[in-house]
Amino acid sequence: MKNAVPVLSVLAVIVAAWWLAVAPMNIRPALDIAERGGAVVVPEGSVPRRDVSVWKLMLDNPGQVAVGYDLKRPRLPTPSQVGEELWKTTGAMVAKGRTWSKRSLVYHAWVTLQSTLWGFMLGTTIGILGAVAIVYSRVMDMSVMPWAIISQTVPIVALAPMIIVVSNQIGIDGRGVPKAIISAYLCFFPVLVSMVKGLRSPTAQQLDLLKTYNTNGFQSFFKLRLPASVPFLFTALKVGIAAALVGTIVGELPTGAISGLGARILIGDQFGTPLAIWSALICAAILAGALVTLIDVLQRITLRRMGFHT
Amino acid sequence: MTMQEGDASVSSVISAKNLSLTFETNDGPVHALKDVTLDINKGDFVSFIGPSGCGKTTFLRVMADLEKPTAGEITVNGVSPEEARKARAYGYVFQHAGLYPWRTIGGNIRLPLEIMGVDKATQNQRVTEVLELVHLDGFEKKYPWQLSGGMQQRASIARALAFHADILLMDEPFGALDEIVRDHLNEQVLDLWARTNKTIGFVTHSIPEAVFLSTKIVVMSPRPGRITDVIESTLPRERPLEIRDSKEFIEIAHRVRDGLRAGHGDD
Repeated sequence: MKNAVPVLSVLAVIVAAWWLAVAPMNIRPALDIAERGGAVVVPEGSVPRRDVSVWKLMLDNPGQVAVGYDLKRPRLPTPSQVGEELWKTTGAMVAKGRTWSKRSLVYHAWVTLQSTLWGFMLGTTIGILGAVAIVYSRVMDMSVMPWAIISQTVPIVALAPMIIVVSNQIGIDGRGVPKAIISAYLCFFPVLVSMVKGLRSPTAQQLDLLKTYNTNGFQSFFKLRLPASVPFLFTALKVGIAAALVGTIVGELPTGAISGLGARILIGDQFGTPLAIWSALICAAILAGALVTLIDVLQRITLRRMGFHT
Repeated sequence: MTMQEGDASVSSVISAKNLSLTFETNDGPVHALKDVTLDINKGDFVSFIGPSGCGKTTFLRVMADLEKPTAGEITVNGVSPEEARKARAYGYVFQHAGLYPWRTIGGNIRLPLEIMGVDKATQNQRVTEVLELVHLDGFEKKYPWQLSGGMQQRASIARALAFHADILLMDEPFGALDEIVRDHLNEQVLDLWARTNKTIGFVTHSIPEAVFLSTKIVVMSPRPGRITDVIESTLPRERPLEIRDSKEFIEIAHRVRDGLRAGHGDD
Protein backbone atom coordinates (compact mmCIF):
# COMPACT_ATOMS: atom_id res chain seq x y z
CA MET A 1 0.00 0.00 0.00
CA LYS A 2 3.05 2.26 -0.15
CA ASN A 3 1.89 3.03 -3.70
CA ALA A 4 -1.23 4.74 -2.37
CA VAL A 5 0.37 8.13 -1.67
CA PRO A 6 1.93 8.69 -5.12
CA VAL A 7 -1.15 7.31 -6.87
CA LEU A 8 -3.48 9.56 -4.88
CA SER A 9 -1.19 12.56 -5.42
CA VAL A 10 -1.31 12.09 -9.18
CA LEU A 11 -5.08 11.67 -8.97
CA ALA A 12 -5.37 14.90 -6.98
CA VAL A 13 -3.33 16.79 -9.60
CA ILE A 14 -5.49 15.42 -12.40
CA VAL A 15 -8.73 16.37 -10.60
CA ALA A 16 -7.38 19.85 -9.87
CA ALA A 17 -6.38 20.37 -13.51
CA TRP A 18 -9.77 19.11 -14.58
CA TRP A 19 -11.53 21.46 -12.19
CA LEU A 20 -9.53 24.44 -13.43
CA ALA A 21 -10.21 23.53 -17.05
CA VAL A 22 -13.96 23.76 -16.45
CA ALA A 23 -13.83 27.60 -16.36
CA PRO A 24 -12.48 28.22 -19.90
CA MET A 25 -14.36 25.24 -21.31
CA ASN A 26 -17.74 26.41 -20.05
CA ILE A 27 -17.36 30.18 -20.19
CA ARG A 28 -19.35 30.61 -23.45
CA PRO A 29 -22.50 28.69 -22.42
CA ALA A 30 -22.18 30.26 -18.96
CA LEU A 31 -22.21 33.77 -20.45
CA ASP A 32 -25.17 32.88 -22.70
CA ILE A 33 -27.17 31.77 -19.70
CA ALA A 34 -26.13 34.75 -17.58
CA GLU A 35 -27.09 37.13 -20.37
CA ARG A 36 -30.47 35.50 -20.74
CA GLY A 37 -30.90 35.87 -17.00
CA GLY A 38 -30.38 39.62 -17.33
CA ALA A 39 -26.74 39.96 -16.35
CA VAL A 40 -24.47 42.43 -18.12
CA VAL A 41 -21.95 40.61 -20.26
CA VAL A 42 -19.04 42.02 -22.27
CA PRO A 43 -19.34 41.87 -25.25
CA GLU A 44 -23.07 41.53 -25.65
CA GLY A 45 -24.58 38.73 -27.73
CA SER A 46 -23.24 35.24 -28.27
CA VAL A 47 -22.32 35.86 -31.94
CA PRO A 48 -19.84 38.69 -31.29
CA ARG A 49 -18.42 36.64 -28.41
CA ARG A 50 -17.35 33.91 -30.84
CA ASP A 51 -14.42 36.04 -31.99
CA VAL A 52 -13.19 36.70 -28.46
CA SER A 53 -10.85 34.21 -26.78
CA VAL A 54 -12.10 32.37 -23.72
CA TRP A 55 -9.31 33.93 -21.64
CA LYS A 56 -10.46 37.46 -22.47
CA LEU A 57 -14.08 36.50 -21.79
CA MET A 58 -13.07 35.23 -18.36
CA LEU A 59 -11.08 38.38 -17.61
CA ASP A 60 -13.89 40.68 -18.75
CA ASN A 61 -16.65 38.79 -16.95
CA PRO A 62 -15.10 37.49 -13.73
CA GLY A 63 -18.50 37.48 -12.00
CA GLN A 64 -19.95 34.93 -14.43
CA VAL A 65 -17.17 32.34 -14.34
CA ALA A 66 -18.86 30.56 -11.45
CA VAL A 67 -21.97 30.00 -13.58
CA GLY A 68 -19.88 27.59 -15.70
CA TYR A 69 -19.51 25.32 -12.70
CA ASP A 70 -23.24 24.71 -12.44
CA LEU A 71 -24.54 24.11 -15.96
CA LYS A 72 -27.15 21.50 -16.81
CA ARG A 73 -25.42 20.65 -20.08
CA PRO A 74 -21.81 21.70 -19.61
CA ARG A 75 -19.20 21.27 -22.29
CA LEU A 76 -16.95 19.96 -19.55
CA PRO A 77 -18.70 18.84 -16.38
CA THR A 78 -16.99 19.43 -13.05
CA PRO A 79 -15.55 16.49 -11.13
CA SER A 80 -18.30 16.79 -8.56
CA GLN A 81 -21.03 16.80 -11.24
CA VAL A 82 -19.54 13.63 -12.71
CA GLY A 83 -19.22 12.11 -9.25
CA GLU A 84 -22.85 12.91 -8.55
CA GLU A 85 -23.99 11.47 -11.88
CA LEU A 86 -21.84 8.40 -11.28
CA TRP A 87 -23.45 7.89 -7.89
CA LYS A 88 -26.96 8.42 -9.29
CA THR A 89 -26.38 5.75 -11.94
CA THR A 90 -24.62 3.24 -9.71
CA GLY A 91 -24.90 3.32 -5.92
CA ALA A 92 -28.26 5.08 -5.84
CA MET A 93 -29.70 2.62 -8.38
CA VAL A 94 -28.45 -0.31 -6.34
CA ALA A 95 -29.98 1.24 -3.21
CA LYS A 96 -33.31 1.52 -5.00
CA GLY A 97 -33.08 -2.11 -6.11
CA ARG A 98 -32.76 -1.12 -9.76
CA THR A 99 -29.24 -2.49 -10.24
CA TRP A 100 -30.07 -4.13 -13.57
CA SER A 101 -32.10 -1.25 -14.97
CA LYS A 102 -31.07 0.07 -18.40
CA ARG A 103 -30.24 3.37 -16.71
CA SER A 104 -27.83 1.74 -14.31
CA LEU A 105 -24.13 1.88 -15.10
CA VAL A 106 -23.66 -1.28 -13.06
CA TYR A 107 -25.71 -3.08 -15.70
CA HIS A 108 -23.75 -1.53 -18.58
CA ALA A 109 -20.42 -2.17 -16.89
CA TRP A 110 -21.44 -5.81 -16.39
CA VAL A 111 -22.27 -6.16 -20.09
CA THR A 112 -18.88 -4.70 -20.99
CA LEU A 113 -17.07 -6.77 -18.39
CA GLN A 114 -18.50 -10.03 -19.74
CA SER A 115 -17.32 -9.36 -23.28
CA THR A 116 -13.99 -8.14 -21.93
CA LEU A 117 -13.42 -11.35 -20.02
CA TRP A 118 -14.40 -13.54 -22.97
CA GLY A 119 -12.17 -11.51 -25.24
CA PHE A 120 -9.37 -11.64 -22.69
CA MET A 121 -9.59 -15.42 -22.39
CA LEU A 122 -9.75 -15.85 -26.15
CA GLY A 123 -6.92 -13.40 -26.77
CA THR A 124 -4.72 -14.86 -24.05
CA THR A 125 -5.24 -18.39 -25.35
CA ILE A 126 -4.44 -17.35 -28.92
CA GLY A 127 -1.43 -15.38 -27.69
CA ILE A 128 0.01 -18.26 -25.66
CA LEU A 129 -0.61 -20.93 -28.31
CA GLY A 130 0.77 -18.63 -30.99
CA ALA A 131 3.88 -17.99 -28.93
CA VAL A 132 4.45 -21.72 -28.40
CA ALA A 133 4.08 -22.30 -32.14
CA ILE A 134 6.46 -19.46 -32.95
CA VAL A 135 9.09 -20.63 -30.47
CA TYR A 136 9.00 -24.23 -31.63
CA SER A 137 8.60 -23.72 -35.36
CA ARG A 138 10.84 -21.61 -37.51
CA VAL A 139 8.21 -21.57 -40.24
CA MET A 140 5.66 -20.13 -37.80
CA ASP A 141 8.22 -17.61 -36.57
CA MET A 142 8.83 -16.37 -40.11
CA SER A 143 5.18 -16.44 -41.22
CA VAL A 144 3.01 -15.59 -38.20
CA MET A 145 5.08 -12.96 -36.42
CA PRO A 146 5.05 -10.35 -39.24
CA TRP A 147 1.28 -10.76 -39.63
CA ALA A 148 0.74 -10.41 -35.92
CA ILE A 149 2.59 -7.10 -36.05
CA ILE A 150 0.71 -5.94 -39.18
CA SER A 151 -2.60 -6.87 -37.52
CA GLN A 152 -1.98 -4.25 -34.87
CA THR A 153 -1.41 -1.48 -37.39
CA VAL A 154 -4.98 -1.83 -38.72
CA PRO A 155 -7.14 0.69 -36.83
CA ILE A 156 -9.55 -1.32 -34.71
CA VAL A 157 -12.32 1.27 -35.26
CA ALA A 158 -12.19 0.46 -38.97
CA LEU A 159 -12.19 -3.26 -38.38
CA ALA A 160 -14.87 -3.45 -35.68
CA PRO A 161 -17.92 -2.80 -37.92
CA MET A 162 -16.68 -5.39 -40.40
CA ILE A 163 -16.32 -8.03 -37.73
CA ILE A 164 -19.86 -7.31 -36.58
CA VAL A 165 -21.28 -7.43 -40.12
CA VAL A 166 -19.45 -10.66 -40.90
CA SER A 167 -20.53 -12.39 -37.70
CA ASN A 168 -24.12 -11.30 -38.39
CA GLN A 169 -23.84 -12.74 -41.89
CA ILE A 170 -22.70 -16.11 -40.64
CA GLY A 171 -25.63 -16.22 -38.28
CA ILE A 172 -24.20 -15.29 -34.91
CA ASP A 173 -26.93 -13.59 -32.89
CA GLY A 174 -26.28 -10.77 -30.52
CA ARG A 175 -23.20 -8.68 -30.05
CA GLY A 176 -21.42 -10.76 -27.40
CA VAL A 177 -19.36 -12.84 -29.82
CA PRO A 178 -18.21 -10.12 -32.23
CA LYS A 179 -17.38 -7.87 -29.27
CA ALA A 180 -15.30 -10.61 -27.72
CA ILE A 181 -13.51 -11.15 -31.04
CA ILE A 182 -12.69 -7.44 -31.35
CA SER A 183 -11.53 -7.47 -27.76
CA ALA A 184 -9.37 -10.56 -28.34
CA TYR A 185 -7.92 -8.92 -31.45
CA LEU A 186 -6.38 -6.20 -29.31
CA CYS A 187 -5.55 -8.46 -26.38
CA PHE A 188 -3.69 -11.32 -28.07
CA PHE A 189 -0.80 -9.22 -29.30
CA PRO A 190 0.92 -8.18 -26.05
CA VAL A 191 0.47 -11.74 -24.75
CA LEU A 192 2.00 -13.21 -27.92
CA VAL A 193 5.01 -10.90 -27.90
CA SER A 194 5.71 -11.35 -24.19
CA MET A 195 5.27 -15.09 -24.25
CA VAL A 196 7.63 -15.46 -27.20
CA LYS A 197 10.16 -13.51 -25.17
CA GLY A 198 9.41 -15.50 -22.01
CA LEU A 199 9.61 -18.91 -23.68
CA ARG A 200 12.91 -17.87 -25.20
CA SER A 201 14.26 -16.48 -21.93
CA PRO A 202 16.15 -19.64 -20.82
CA THR A 203 19.88 -19.20 -21.48
CA ALA A 204 21.96 -21.41 -23.77
CA GLN A 205 23.55 -22.84 -20.63
CA GLN A 206 20.16 -23.81 -19.17
CA LEU A 207 19.25 -25.54 -22.43
CA ASP A 208 22.65 -27.30 -22.55
CA LEU A 209 22.08 -28.53 -19.01
CA LEU A 210 18.83 -30.18 -20.04
CA LYS A 211 20.60 -31.71 -23.03
CA THR A 212 23.11 -33.36 -20.71
CA TYR A 213 20.14 -35.03 -18.98
CA ASN A 214 18.94 -36.25 -22.39
CA THR A 215 15.69 -34.32 -21.81
CA ASN A 216 12.88 -34.62 -24.35
CA GLY A 217 10.99 -31.68 -25.82
CA PHE A 218 7.95 -31.97 -23.56
CA GLN A 219 10.06 -32.08 -20.44
CA SER A 220 12.12 -29.05 -21.44
CA PHE A 221 8.90 -27.16 -22.21
CA PHE A 222 7.17 -27.94 -18.92
CA LYS A 223 10.21 -27.92 -16.67
CA LEU A 224 12.10 -24.98 -18.13
CA ARG A 225 10.48 -22.83 -20.81
CA LEU A 226 7.00 -22.59 -19.34
CA PRO A 227 7.95 -21.74 -15.74
CA ALA A 228 10.62 -19.32 -16.99
CA SER A 229 7.94 -17.48 -18.98
CA VAL A 230 5.54 -16.93 -16.05
CA PRO A 231 6.85 -13.47 -15.02
CA PHE A 232 6.61 -12.38 -18.67
CA LEU A 233 3.08 -13.76 -18.89
CA PHE A 234 1.76 -11.69 -16.01
CA THR A 235 3.25 -8.48 -17.33
CA ALA A 236 1.52 -9.24 -20.62
CA LEU A 237 -1.80 -10.08 -18.94
CA LYS A 238 -1.90 -6.64 -17.33
CA VAL A 239 -1.50 -4.94 -20.69
CA GLY A 240 -3.79 -7.53 -22.28
CA ILE A 241 -6.76 -7.04 -19.97
CA ALA A 242 -6.66 -3.27 -20.43
CA ALA A 243 -6.46 -3.78 -24.20
CA ALA A 244 -9.39 -6.22 -24.02
CA LEU A 245 -11.50 -3.61 -22.24
CA VAL A 246 -10.63 -0.95 -24.82
CA GLY A 247 -11.46 -3.47 -27.57
CA THR A 248 -14.85 -4.21 -26.07
CA ILE A 249 -15.73 -0.53 -25.71
CA VAL A 250 -14.66 0.14 -29.30
CA GLY A 251 -16.77 -2.85 -30.32
CA GLU A 252 -19.77 -1.26 -28.63
CA LEU A 253 -19.36 2.12 -30.35
CA PRO A 254 -20.21 1.73 -34.03
CA THR A 255 -22.73 -1.04 -33.79
CA GLY A 256 -25.94 0.50 -32.70
CA ALA A 257 -25.51 -1.33 -29.44
CA ILE A 258 -27.70 -0.10 -26.63
CA SER A 259 -25.98 -1.71 -23.70
CA GLY A 260 -22.39 -1.57 -22.52
CA LEU A 261 -20.20 1.35 -21.54
CA GLY A 262 -19.24 2.03 -25.17
CA ALA A 263 -22.91 2.33 -26.10
CA ARG A 264 -23.46 4.76 -23.20
CA ILE A 265 -20.61 6.92 -24.46
CA LEU A 266 -22.03 6.94 -28.02
CA ILE A 267 -25.57 7.63 -26.87
CA GLY A 268 -24.36 10.38 -24.57
CA ASP A 269 -22.60 11.95 -27.54
CA GLN A 270 -25.62 11.67 -29.83
CA PHE A 271 -28.04 13.10 -27.26
CA GLY A 272 -25.68 15.81 -26.10
CA THR A 273 -25.47 14.64 -22.51
CA PRO A 274 -21.82 15.02 -21.58
CA LEU A 275 -22.52 13.91 -18.03
CA ALA A 276 -23.49 10.46 -19.31
CA ILE A 277 -20.32 10.28 -21.42
CA TRP A 278 -18.13 11.30 -18.56
CA SER A 279 -19.63 8.99 -16.00
CA ALA A 280 -19.38 6.06 -18.46
CA LEU A 281 -15.77 7.02 -19.10
CA ILE A 282 -14.90 7.19 -15.43
CA CYS A 283 -16.73 3.93 -14.88
CA ALA A 284 -14.63 2.30 -17.63
CA ALA A 285 -11.46 3.68 -16.04
CA ILE A 286 -12.45 2.29 -12.63
CA LEU A 287 -13.22 -1.06 -14.23
CA ALA A 288 -9.82 -1.12 -16.00
CA GLY A 289 -8.07 -0.16 -12.77
CA ALA A 290 -9.84 -2.92 -10.87
CA LEU A 291 -8.98 -5.55 -13.50
CA VAL A 292 -5.31 -4.57 -13.69
CA THR A 293 -5.08 -4.52 -9.89
CA LEU A 294 -6.65 -7.96 -9.73
CA ILE A 295 -4.03 -9.37 -12.11
CA ASP A 296 -1.29 -7.58 -10.21
CA VAL A 297 -2.40 -9.30 -7.00
CA LEU A 298 -2.55 -12.66 -8.79
CA GLN A 299 0.96 -12.00 -10.12
CA ARG A 300 2.36 -11.28 -6.68
CA ILE A 301 0.76 -14.35 -5.14
CA THR A 302 1.81 -16.65 -7.99
CA LEU A 303 5.40 -15.45 -8.23
CA ARG A 304 5.83 -15.59 -4.48
CA ARG A 305 4.46 -19.11 -4.33
CA MET A 306 6.73 -20.12 -7.21
CA GLY A 307 9.69 -18.80 -5.23
CA PHE A 308 10.63 -15.89 -7.48
CA HIS A 309 12.38 -13.21 -5.50
CA THR A 310 10.45 -10.05 -6.31
CA MET B 1 51.94 -39.28 -23.15
CA THR B 2 50.84 -42.73 -22.12
CA MET B 3 48.64 -43.28 -25.16
CA GLN B 4 49.60 -46.41 -27.10
CA GLU B 5 48.34 -47.45 -30.51
CA GLY B 6 45.64 -50.13 -30.26
CA ASP B 7 45.71 -50.27 -26.51
CA ALA B 8 42.03 -50.07 -25.51
CA SER B 9 43.06 -49.88 -21.91
CA VAL B 10 40.29 -51.14 -19.61
CA SER B 11 40.70 -48.26 -17.24
CA SER B 12 40.44 -45.59 -19.95
CA VAL B 13 37.19 -43.69 -19.44
CA ILE B 14 37.62 -40.96 -22.03
CA SER B 15 39.82 -41.48 -25.03
CA ALA B 16 40.42 -38.91 -27.76
CA LYS B 17 42.50 -39.55 -30.84
CA ASN B 18 43.50 -36.85 -33.35
CA LEU B 19 40.40 -34.91 -32.41
CA SER B 20 39.75 -31.69 -34.34
CA LEU B 21 36.92 -29.19 -34.31
CA THR B 22 36.77 -26.32 -36.75
CA PHE B 23 34.12 -23.62 -36.56
CA GLU B 24 33.28 -21.97 -39.87
CA THR B 25 32.90 -18.25 -39.33
CA ASN B 26 32.61 -15.27 -41.66
CA ASP B 27 36.28 -14.53 -41.05
CA GLY B 28 37.28 -18.02 -42.14
CA PRO B 29 37.68 -21.26 -40.20
CA VAL B 30 38.57 -21.18 -36.49
CA HIS B 31 40.49 -24.21 -35.31
CA ALA B 32 39.08 -24.63 -31.81
CA LEU B 33 40.76 -28.03 -31.50
CA LYS B 34 43.45 -29.58 -33.68
CA ASP B 35 44.79 -33.12 -33.44
CA VAL B 36 44.08 -33.53 -29.77
CA THR B 37 44.98 -36.93 -28.38
CA LEU B 38 44.41 -37.77 -24.74
CA ASP B 39 43.44 -40.61 -22.44
CA ILE B 40 41.65 -40.11 -19.16
CA ASN B 41 41.70 -43.07 -16.81
CA LYS B 42 39.13 -44.07 -14.27
CA GLY B 43 39.44 -42.09 -11.08
CA ASP B 44 41.63 -39.43 -12.67
CA PHE B 45 41.25 -35.78 -11.80
CA VAL B 46 42.22 -34.05 -15.02
CA SER B 47 42.52 -30.29 -15.29
CA PHE B 48 42.54 -28.43 -18.58
CA ILE B 49 44.40 -25.18 -18.36
CA GLY B 50 45.24 -22.57 -20.95
CA PRO B 51 44.42 -19.05 -22.12
CA SER B 52 41.07 -18.14 -23.67
CA GLY B 53 40.56 -19.67 -27.07
CA CYS B 54 42.78 -22.69 -26.41
CA GLY B 55 39.83 -25.03 -26.77
CA LYS B 56 39.69 -26.32 -23.20
CA THR B 57 35.97 -25.66 -22.83
CA THR B 58 35.34 -26.90 -26.37
CA PHE B 59 37.15 -30.14 -25.53
CA LEU B 60 34.99 -30.63 -22.45
CA ARG B 61 31.86 -29.87 -24.47
CA VAL B 62 32.89 -32.45 -27.08
CA MET B 63 33.17 -35.05 -24.31
CA ALA B 64 29.66 -34.05 -23.22
CA ASP B 65 28.27 -34.19 -26.77
CA LEU B 66 27.42 -30.50 -26.61
CA GLU B 67 29.71 -29.96 -29.62
CA LYS B 68 30.45 -32.34 -32.48
CA PRO B 69 34.08 -32.85 -33.54
CA THR B 70 34.83 -32.31 -37.22
CA ALA B 71 37.59 -34.94 -37.35
CA GLY B 72 39.17 -37.64 -35.22
CA GLU B 73 37.71 -40.06 -32.71
CA ILE B 74 36.53 -39.81 -29.15
CA THR B 75 34.93 -42.36 -26.88
CA VAL B 76 33.37 -41.88 -23.46
CA ASN B 77 32.98 -45.09 -21.45
CA GLY B 78 33.90 -46.92 -24.63
CA VAL B 79 31.01 -45.47 -26.67
CA SER B 80 30.42 -42.26 -28.62
CA PRO B 81 29.76 -39.09 -26.59
CA GLU B 82 26.19 -39.06 -27.87
CA GLU B 83 25.51 -42.57 -26.60
CA ALA B 84 27.22 -41.70 -23.34
CA ARG B 85 25.06 -38.60 -22.97
CA LYS B 86 21.91 -40.59 -23.66
CA ALA B 87 23.04 -43.11 -21.05
CA ARG B 88 23.52 -40.15 -18.66
CA ALA B 89 27.14 -41.11 -18.13
CA TYR B 90 28.30 -37.74 -16.85
CA GLY B 91 27.26 -34.82 -14.71
CA TYR B 92 28.11 -31.38 -16.07
CA VAL B 93 28.79 -28.29 -13.98
CA PHE B 94 28.71 -24.98 -15.83
CA GLN B 95 30.49 -21.75 -15.07
CA HIS B 96 27.31 -20.25 -13.71
CA ALA B 97 25.24 -22.27 -11.26
CA GLY B 98 22.12 -21.66 -13.38
CA LEU B 99 19.76 -22.88 -10.67
CA TYR B 100 16.08 -22.42 -11.50
CA PRO B 101 14.85 -19.49 -9.42
CA TRP B 102 11.39 -21.07 -9.13
CA ARG B 103 12.73 -24.24 -7.56
CA THR B 104 14.15 -24.71 -4.09
CA ILE B 105 17.66 -26.11 -3.74
CA GLY B 106 16.11 -29.54 -3.22
CA GLY B 107 13.85 -28.97 -6.22
CA ASN B 108 16.82 -28.05 -8.38
CA ILE B 109 18.65 -31.21 -7.39
CA ARG B 110 15.49 -33.22 -8.13
CA LEU B 111 15.32 -31.77 -11.66
CA PRO B 112 17.56 -34.39 -13.34
CA LEU B 113 15.97 -37.13 -11.23
CA GLU B 114 12.46 -36.10 -12.30
CA ILE B 115 13.55 -36.01 -15.93
CA MET B 116 15.11 -39.45 -15.59
CA GLY B 117 11.98 -40.84 -13.95
CA VAL B 118 13.50 -41.70 -10.58
CA ASP B 119 10.85 -42.50 -7.95
CA LYS B 120 10.02 -40.06 -5.16
CA ALA B 121 11.58 -42.01 -2.30
CA THR B 122 14.88 -42.38 -4.13
CA GLN B 123 14.75 -38.69 -5.07
CA ASN B 124 14.47 -37.68 -1.43
CA GLN B 125 17.26 -39.99 -0.41
CA ARG B 126 19.56 -38.69 -3.19
CA VAL B 127 18.85 -35.06 -2.31
CA THR B 128 19.85 -35.66 1.29
CA GLU B 129 22.90 -37.61 0.21
CA VAL B 130 24.31 -35.06 -2.27
CA LEU B 131 23.50 -32.04 -0.11
CA GLU B 132 25.61 -33.67 2.58
CA LEU B 133 28.41 -34.27 0.04
CA VAL B 134 28.62 -30.57 -0.80
CA HIS B 135 28.03 -29.50 2.82
CA LEU B 136 24.67 -27.89 2.20
CA ASP B 137 22.71 -29.99 4.69
CA GLY B 138 19.61 -28.14 5.79
CA PHE B 139 19.37 -25.91 2.73
CA GLU B 140 16.95 -28.14 0.85
CA LYS B 141 13.97 -25.83 1.31
CA LYS B 142 15.81 -22.60 0.55
CA TYR B 143 15.49 -20.77 -2.75
CA PRO B 144 18.60 -19.95 -4.81
CA TRP B 145 18.43 -16.21 -4.09
CA GLN B 146 18.76 -16.99 -0.39
CA LEU B 147 22.22 -18.54 -0.99
CA SER B 148 25.60 -16.94 -1.70
CA GLY B 149 27.30 -17.44 -5.07
CA GLY B 150 29.61 -20.12 -3.68
CA MET B 151 26.71 -22.00 -2.10
CA GLN B 152 24.75 -21.82 -5.35
CA GLN B 153 27.69 -23.32 -7.21
CA ARG B 154 27.90 -26.11 -4.63
CA ALA B 155 24.20 -26.75 -5.13
CA SER B 156 24.81 -27.00 -8.88
CA ILE B 157 27.57 -29.57 -8.18
CA ALA B 158 25.11 -31.48 -6.01
CA ARG B 159 22.67 -31.39 -8.93
CA ALA B 160 25.35 -32.94 -11.18
CA LEU B 161 26.07 -35.64 -8.59
CA ALA B 162 22.44 -36.55 -7.94
CA PHE B 163 22.08 -39.19 -10.64
CA HIS B 164 25.30 -41.07 -9.77
CA ALA B 165 27.13 -40.60 -13.05
CA ASP B 166 30.71 -41.84 -12.85
CA ILE B 167 32.11 -38.88 -14.73
CA LEU B 168 31.94 -35.28 -13.56
CA LEU B 169 32.76 -32.56 -16.10
CA MET B 170 33.27 -29.08 -14.66
CA ASP B 171 33.69 -26.01 -16.84
CA GLU B 172 35.39 -23.26 -14.79
CA PRO B 173 32.93 -23.83 -11.97
CA PHE B 174 34.65 -21.41 -9.59
CA GLY B 175 35.74 -18.84 -12.17
CA ALA B 176 33.23 -16.26 -10.95
CA LEU B 177 33.98 -16.67 -7.23
CA ASP B 178 36.46 -14.85 -5.04
CA GLU B 179 39.69 -16.52 -4.00
CA ILE B 180 38.80 -17.34 -0.40
CA VAL B 181 35.58 -19.06 -1.42
CA ARG B 182 37.47 -20.74 -4.22
CA ASP B 183 40.09 -22.25 -1.86
CA HIS B 184 37.35 -23.56 0.32
CA LEU B 185 35.48 -25.11 -2.59
CA ASN B 186 38.68 -26.64 -3.99
CA GLU B 187 39.15 -28.50 -0.73
CA GLN B 188 35.56 -29.65 -0.84
CA VAL B 189 35.90 -30.88 -4.41
CA LEU B 190 38.96 -32.92 -3.44
CA ASP B 191 37.05 -34.37 -0.51
CA LEU B 192 34.14 -35.19 -2.78
CA TRP B 193 36.43 -36.81 -5.33
CA ALA B 194 38.06 -38.95 -2.63
CA ARG B 195 34.67 -40.07 -1.31
CA THR B 196 32.98 -40.80 -4.63
CA ASN B 197 35.97 -41.94 -6.70
CA LYS B 198 34.59 -40.21 -9.76
CA THR B 199 36.54 -39.38 -12.88
CA ILE B 200 36.67 -35.60 -13.08
CA GLY B 201 37.40 -33.28 -16.00
CA PHE B 202 37.98 -29.74 -14.78
CA VAL B 203 38.50 -26.61 -16.87
CA THR B 204 40.27 -23.71 -15.21
CA HIS B 205 42.66 -20.90 -15.92
CA SER B 206 44.12 -20.79 -12.45
CA ILE B 207 47.51 -22.51 -12.15
CA PRO B 208 47.31 -23.10 -8.35
CA GLU B 209 43.81 -24.51 -8.74
CA ALA B 210 44.92 -26.91 -11.48
CA VAL B 211 47.99 -28.08 -9.56
CA PHE B 212 46.16 -28.41 -6.26
CA LEU B 213 43.33 -30.50 -7.64
CA SER B 214 44.70 -32.66 -10.41
CA THR B 215 46.35 -36.00 -10.92
CA LYS B 216 46.89 -34.94 -14.51
CA ILE B 217 47.25 -31.41 -15.85
CA VAL B 218 46.61 -30.83 -19.53
CA VAL B 219 48.21 -27.60 -20.73
CA MET B 220 46.64 -26.19 -23.87
CA SER B 221 47.37 -23.29 -26.17
CA PRO B 222 45.36 -21.42 -28.79
CA ARG B 223 45.38 -20.91 -32.58
CA PRO B 224 44.93 -23.75 -33.20
CA GLY B 225 43.62 -25.15 -29.91
CA ARG B 226 46.00 -27.94 -29.00
CA ILE B 227 47.64 -29.79 -26.13
CA THR B 228 51.18 -28.60 -25.45
CA ASP B 229 51.97 -30.60 -22.31
CA VAL B 230 50.44 -33.28 -20.13
CA ILE B 231 51.80 -33.30 -16.58
CA GLU B 232 51.27 -36.28 -14.29
CA SER B 233 51.14 -34.89 -10.78
CA THR B 234 53.45 -36.44 -8.23
CA LEU B 235 51.47 -35.03 -5.30
CA PRO B 236 49.68 -37.52 -3.04
CA ARG B 237 45.93 -37.88 -3.47
CA GLU B 238 45.34 -36.49 -0.02
CA ARG B 239 46.16 -32.77 -0.15
CA PRO B 240 45.80 -30.24 2.62
CA LEU B 241 45.78 -26.57 1.54
CA GLU B 242 49.32 -26.20 2.96
CA ILE B 243 50.64 -28.50 0.24
CA ARG B 244 50.69 -25.41 -1.93
CA ASP B 245 53.79 -24.24 -0.09
CA SER B 246 55.67 -27.50 -0.73
CA LYS B 247 58.62 -27.70 -3.08
CA GLU B 248 56.87 -30.31 -5.23
CA PHE B 249 53.81 -28.15 -5.69
CA ILE B 250 55.91 -25.18 -6.72
CA GLU B 251 57.85 -27.30 -9.21
CA ILE B 252 54.71 -28.57 -10.88
CA ALA B 253 53.23 -25.08 -10.96
CA HIS B 254 56.46 -23.93 -12.59
CA ARG B 255 56.21 -26.56 -15.28
CA VAL B 256 52.61 -25.57 -15.98
CA ARG B 257 53.63 -21.94 -16.28
CA ASP B 258 56.46 -22.86 -18.66
CA GLY B 259 54.03 -24.88 -20.77
CA LEU B 260 51.61 -21.97 -20.94
CA ARG B 261 54.38 -19.56 -21.86
CA ALA B 262 55.75 -21.85 -24.59
CA GLY B 263 52.30 -22.14 -26.17
CA HIS B 264 51.86 -18.41 -25.98
CA GLY B 265 55.31 -17.51 -27.36
CA ASP B 266 54.06 -16.11 -30.63
CA ASP B 267 52.02 -13.22 -29.21
